[in-house]
Amino acid sequence: MDIVDVLLIGLRVVATFALLLVVTILNVWAERKVVADMQNRIGPDRAGPWGILQTVADGLKLFFKESVTPSKVERGVYLAAPFLAVVPAFLIFSVVPWGAPVEVFGRTMPLQVADLNVGLLFILAMSSMAVYAVVLAGWSSGSKYPLLGGVRATAQAISYEAAMGLAMVAVVMYSATTGDGTGTLSLAELVERQAGTFLGFIPRWNIIPQFVAFAIFLVAIVAETNRAPFDLVEAEQELVGGFHTEYSGMRFAMFFLAEYINVFSMSAIAATLFLGGWNGPTWSGILPAWISAILPVFWLLVKTYAIVFVFFWIRATLPRLRYDQLMQLGWKRLIPGALAWLMVSALFIGFRRFGLPWG
Amino acid sequence: MLTELLKGLAVTFRQMFRPRVTTRYPKEFRTKPQRFHGRHVLNRYPDGMEKCIGCELCAGACPARCIYVRGMDNPVDAPVSPGERYGFVYEINMLRCIFCGLCVEACPTEAITMTHLFEMSVTNRDDAIYTKNELLMRPDGTVPHMFDDDPYANYEELNTADGWLRATAPGGVAAYEGVKMWQGTQGPASWDPEPDQETRDA
Repeated sequence: MDIVDVLLIGLRVVATFALLLVVTILNVWAERKVVADMQNRIGPDRAGPWGILQTVADGLKLFFKESVTPSKVERGVYLAAPFLAVVPAFLIFSVVPWGAPVEVFGRTMPLQVADLNVGLLFILAMSSMAVYAVVLAGWSSGSKYPLLGGVRATAQAISYEAAMGLAMVAVVMYSATTGDGTGTLSLAELVERQAGTFLGFIPRWNIIPQFVAFAIFLVAIVAETNRAPFDLVEAEQELVGGFHTEYSGMRFAMFFLAEYINVFSMSAIAATLFLGGWNGPTWSGILPAWISAILPVFWLLVKTYAIVFVFFWIRATLPRLRYDQLMQLGWKRLIPGALAWLMVSALFIGFRRFGLPWG
Repeated sequence: MLTELLKGLAVTFRQMFRPRVTTRYPKEFRTKPQRFHGRHVLNRYPDGMEKCIGCELCAGACPARCIYVRGMDNPVDAPVSPGERYGFVYEINMLRCIFCGLCVEACPTEAITMTHLFEMSVTNRDDAIYTKNELLMRPDGTVPHMFDDDPYANYEELNTADGWLRATAPGGVAAYEGVKMWQGTQGPASWDPEPDQETRDA
């Protein structure tokens, strides 16, 4: 570890940070455009070409607005909650490999802030941390509606975290069928094990054997990021603004930023776990070397945005779930379903490795 | 449950390829309905005489009490209107006006009619009181705009009269519906009679 290594790590951190901020700006605009398209409207088109600078304009406006602090808030927690929302949102992406390792200054640099060997656990931990922000924001606001939103957040996060974790376990277990024969929690490793093909032409993505886990994971991440139709935490029609009712100006913008970063990074994680991450054709002999080095980043973005589009799509389509429906879907459908799928896929992996019990 | 979910998703996906329903106002304008009640205009006869005779019937009919009229005897050597008197002062407070069109119905000479212009925002309450300067059409039949240098002003709408009088017999007699009872006016208030029902149904 010399000075170049340290600089490279710094570069990766800054690049990831910048990537997240840029995609957030694009995602807010893209969501408004997609939802507008689905409602036969035009959507934002005033700021910049196709209205692409709309988010910048909104952000600047929020930045210069007064952040009102109501008199009954629990001041310390109230001020800390927006940061509690943003920090885990940024951290969660740090374990996602967003490109194939590249050669820089004669060293191999993974395009990932940190390749943790417990990457999936880190993701689960950070997405649970994000719930604290919502709960504490709701509680410290000293007002009824935010409190209700915060209480809803706790129950919702606990229910769907379990289903999300179980879906991940199925993937980890399946990853033992390739590589050194043991499962892995490292996301870089998981991506590498999805390289190659089934039967020579189907890409070896986890979604094909683990389609049930993918479906459960997809529902769980929508609930985990508190997006429609699971946005009971905000629920404008019932709870004014939910946990961020008492927030204004830049503090409100930070909750918003955290939500959109979470959407992007959860989609990136789903793409990494199930859609082969940055795997994709690079045509390394045919195309110039630098294009081949960048193509994996492009493939990951394509896959991520396919899932981000699903986020927008279901937001434009589905009405919000009632609270008991949310709980029933979580506890009576997703968790038993995930457990059953875990058993089934464990059996199949076992048969493949040890043969049939009667064979 | 899953099929309904997919059906719903299919509906929203299909809508993405449908034409947009948005009119990109102020870039493009929608044609207003014929009887749209916009801001008022004081008409002239083709020879340039003002139609208003200062009778104050519009002010009497106004439910919002937003019209103020003061009549004056016509100067003998240079009459302003064909009658004895003319509207010396004519003011409408657009902040109070409810655009009901009762003044248009009350007017015995069709001096006051309505245009299709609805953009009347002002930055000053005084500007909302339209005087004869803004209301009276120019001798060439065009209507003055409150803000002549407004880049977004739609002058077309100012020269489109609302069709309320066309559908009502000026004398209030049903048999005269669609018959032009009054001398044709310049500009906005000049119109063809509405076709009668048999022509329309044919």
